[in-house]
Amino acid sequence: MSENMRTIVIDGDEIEVPNDYNLLQAAEAAGREIPRFCYHERLSVAGNCRMCLVELVGAPKPVASCAFLVKDMRGGPNGEPPAMRTLSPLVKKAREGVMEFLLINHPLDCPICDQGGECDLQDQSMAYGRSGSRYAENKRAVEDKYMGPLIKTIMTRCIQCTRCVRFATEVAGVSELGAIGRGEDMEITTYLEKSMTSELSGNVIDLCPVGALTSKPYAFNARPWELNKTESIDVMDAIGSNIRVDSRSGAVLRILPRIHEDVNEEWISDKSRFVWDGLGRQRLDRPYVRENGKLKPVDWGTALGVAAERLGGNPETVGVIAGDLNEVEGLKAAKDLFDSLGVKNIDCRQDGSPVGTGPRESYLFNSTIAGVNQADAILLVGVNPRVEAAVLNARIRQRWLNSDMTVGVIGEAADLTYDYEHLGDKPADIEALGRKRTGFIQTLKDAKRPMIIVGAGALAREDGAQVLRAAGALADKIGAVSADWNGYNVLHTAASRVGALDLGFLPGEGGKSTRDILAGAESGDIQTVVLLGADEVDTARLEKAFVIYVGSHGDKGAHGADLILPSAAYTEKPGLYVNTEGRAQLGDRAVFPKGEAKEDWAIFRALSARLNKTLPYNDLNALRAKLIEDNPVFGEIDHAPGSASAGEFKVAEIGAEGRVSDAPFTAPIADFYLTNPIARASKTMAECSARVHQARSDLQAAE
Amino acid sequence: MTQLLQDKDRIFTNLFGHHDWRLEGAKQRGCWNATKDMLDQGRDWIIDEVKGSGLRGRGGAGFPTGLKWSFMPKEVGARPHYLVVNADESEPGTCKDREIMRHDPHHLIEGCLIASYSMRAHACYIYLRGEYVLERERLEAAILEAYEAKLIGDDNVHGWDFHVYIHHGAGAYICGEETALLESLEGKKGQPRLKPPFPANAGLYGCPTTVNNVESIAVVPTILRRGKEWFAGFGREGNTGTKIFSISGHVNAPCNIEEAMSIPLRTLIDSYAGGVRGGWDNLKAVIPGGSSVPLLPKEICDDVLMDFDALKEHKSGLGTAAVIVMDKSTDVVKAIARISYFYKHESCGQCTPCREGTGWMWRVLERMARGEADISEIDDLLDVAGQVEGHTICALGDAAAWPVQGLIRHFRHEIEERIENYRKGRPVFVQAPVAAE
Repeated sequence: MSENMRTIVIDGDEIEVPNDYNLLQAAEAAGREIPRFCYHERLSVAGNCRMCLVELVGAPKPVASCAFLVKDMRGGPNGEPPAMRTLSPLVKKAREGVMEFLLINHPLDCPICDQGGECDLQDQSMAYGRSGSRYAENKRAVEDKYMGPLIKTIMTRCIQCTRCVRFATEVAGVSELGAIGRGEDMEITTYLEKSMTSELSGNVIDLCPVGALTSKPYAFNARPWELNKTESIDVMDAIGSNIRVDSRSGAVLRILPRIHEDVNEEWISDKSRFVWDGLGRQRLDRPYVRENGKLKPVDWGTALGVAAERLGGNPETVGVIAGDLNEVEGLKAAKDLFDSLGVKNIDCRQDGSPVGTGPRESYLFNSTIAGVNQADAILLVGVNPRVEAAVLNARIRQRWLNSDMTVGVIGEAADLTYDYEHLGDKPADIEALGRKRTGFIQTLKDAKRPMIIVGAGALAREDGAQVLRAAGALADKIGAVSADWNGYNVLHTAASRVGALDLGFLPGEGGKSTRDILAGAESGDIQTVVLLGADEVDTARLEKAFVIYVGSHGDKGAHGADLILPSAAYTEKPGLYVNTEGRAQLGDRAVFPKGEAKEDWAIFRALSARLNKTLPYNDLNALRAKLIEDNPVFGEIDHAPGSASAGEFKVAEIGAEGRVSDAPFTAPIADFYLTNPIARASKTMAECSARVHQARSDLQAAE
Repeated sequence: MTQLLQDKDRIFTNLFGHHDWRLEGAKQRGCWNATKDMLDQGRDWIIDEVKGSGLRGRGGAGFPTGLKWSFMPKEVGARPHYLVVNADESEPGTCKDREIMRHDPHHLIEGCLIASYSMRAHACYIYLRGEYVLERERLEAAILEAYEAKLIGDDNVHGWDFHVYIHHGAGAYICGEETALLESLEGKKGQPRLKPPFPANAGLYGCPTTVNNVESIAVVPTILRRGKEWFAGFGREGNTGTKIFSISGHVNAPCNIEEAMSIPLRTLIDSYAGGVRGGWDNLKAVIPGGSSVPLLPKEICDDVLMDFDALKEHKSGLGTAAVIVMDKSTDVVKAIARISYFYKHESCGQCTPCREGTGWMWRVLERMARGEADISEIDDLLDVAGQVEGHTICALGDAAAWPVQGLIRHFRHEIEERIENYRKGRPVFVQAPVAAE
């Protein structure tokens, strides 16, 4: 028996479990199910619900199994292994007692409660509840609290498990939730009745074991058993959070996280969770052609004819810019088509970033997201992970809380929910840091697992390539890249970016990049611009050109378009996404595209036939086969390369030589809630945005 | 008649405040005498003496003090050791620590030094009940005196650098629970912690900590000076020493008095508190150890001894030795309902059984006090009390359940009678409060 293992007896069965397990985990290892409300694997142990009581043989009282460690168990007087009972009458009686207490002041309004059908209290009361109440007094009523536009509260239902409080304090890093009052007057509140200023606040809805905190936008919409559940991948940021899309009769009704330990654990950001109402608004559901300055609905035949006519000409005058939310298949079809047409002015980096020209490691988050759990020093360069990748930020915070890991920041001094050393705000400070001998540079050098995280915003500048070189040089200097650890990381903000870079969706030989295409459109060199869901470019500069917009939402790109080819949003197509780590993940289709809209790859397949350049695939499987044949990385589903080839990675040689400008780094995300066309179409997101601005200005006024 | 404790054997010779409480007076009464010699005997000697004296914690639970001290790590590691003195005396009926801090503060300070030395602590925190304002002033003045006389502080005459800090609580009963006290001391909301880890492993700021009651600490210097045999000579086996009893309620002369353990309850009341109002036969019940322990009816009070084990035999407890006497004018159901209200009010709300159960018990008892209940509810109430007891994080759940259980155990007939009278439409007879208290 290893030193860290211990043999214990659970209900008469011997089992060997690790010493640092609590009794609840040990019981689960033995196949016993222990009911619980307050205990949660990812939060600190509160031990306050008392539902998980078990009987310790030899102990006078039952103990809370979540709060008692295996190593604290005592054996019998004659050297017997320690024993516990999870099924004894005493345990059952104790749990029934607790359940009765929980229910006496619970409103029992399950028929009108949105948690109905997925409520821990409801489920466990089936096992431990009484058939009727002995409580003859009036029930307690608690006033509902305002928690912002996302979280609906019915606080009378609250069982004071404090999961939400612990989540807010520990994971989200905002101490805006708490319990006031004591005894039976204890209430969970936001103190000042303001919205939580966290990007992760929606997770408290999942954590709440009862119907006290529910989703406000989803309120009274559906019962869980009516919903079709589809496993998919989130596209709101480049993390690739695993999500479950719940839909009913063609409409997405809510989005929930799926557990993926290496990516999002079990959290998702508020944008990922609540963006779904944007999927039903501002949709492009049929093709349009601009005639006499006005967009006119047409059929697909006409639309494709117009497109073929525009694209069939001189390939030098055509520019293609891909957006942030595209799946790989659509981009592959587009790239194959434009390659066959000889169009070289294609770019997937609508933010104007120079990444993607070097080796694959130069644009990946090489340490992997789970690698944060091993990091002992992190330098953030021109990045605010709190808004650019909220889930990753929670992981950094966890690491910061639970270890000696320190964080340094070169860039905007934002509130990241953890302490950091501010080392400067402009590109030149990267090199300046490298020249220092003491302070944070020494921390980085001493660190066994240092990480440098370069943000998309730091690269989407005129001097992006030079910033890249500077960051690479620093990474080299501190020894961030070794055979078994690659501490050089780029944090993208766009879900489609890494996949597109892997495809080589970049300017061909002598081709124009996004900046040049925009300039070309102004000067007249570029006459036709194809926007593949690209809405973040300055469309005013495209006025002279004929703009073909292929996308799902009527946003900036579509407003100025001359031809609109409606395509599917991310919940409406099966798709492959490569996250910032280089991890390829498959999402499934939850609902069908709106109206006449088609999946992106199908549009280009149809268009290719019009241009007599028929693409060599007729269905998605054939397309994927070709995709993997051309670049095998797409076939390695759920694999993040990490430090696999770190040995050959010359980190000091990435980017380009040259002077960096004095302009400080600026955030690539001005408003967390409104970063893409789907989010901008969402009423919920608009409300969140307004609330946050309100809260910020209130704060300033109060100060 | 039992031999009463003689004045020469009293530890707290200024319990009534007739003499000077300041350093000068305290020294005349023996405080700070040969403290250095006691420290020089070594830590093991001190702990052995305390163990040998049979001193059990005076805060209510009665855990052997010397044993508790021996749980502290033998070497100081990376984390400092702390002594915390629990002066959050909030148990209804209890006012013994108050008198010590008012009139004999140097006993406590000297005890803190000795206890801290034996546990390798350089700092001691005294967590003072929020309502104890005069006590705070006295204690602070006494500590200042001790500092000025170089009895404590850096480079003091005892050769053990030692500091005492007073922390004034905000008047919450739950902060008398040792781990809630530590939370409160750390500046957090006073809610009990889960145990294990016990404070001796991870207490104040996660460092090894011992939490002791004021009286437990204050008696130590005298025990060391007079020897463990002297202290162990009082009381019965396992219940030794002298103890301050607080006698209140329907007695002619409520008082605090130091007496030997295991004194018969009746002797205690008759000798010091002037007897029960209206004579011993007018006695209805006694709560022998502060409001949290089950009450005892007169039959048991006739001959019960006041110590841990004797009271435990009768399913009650010595608790803080706060004797609350109730004569026949008492509406005992209403009295327990009031105690129940107290626990409902003071429950921290952290864990379910206590949060929900205390309110439930109080409400049912309030109705029962009027007779407005069903006979079957008595058993339900007992059941609910059983569901609270032993299922909570700290002992407040037990403290709330015990008085109810005691009431039903001994006065069930009275509740039944009340319910039947109410059903028959007879006016409920509830005593008007008598002005004695």
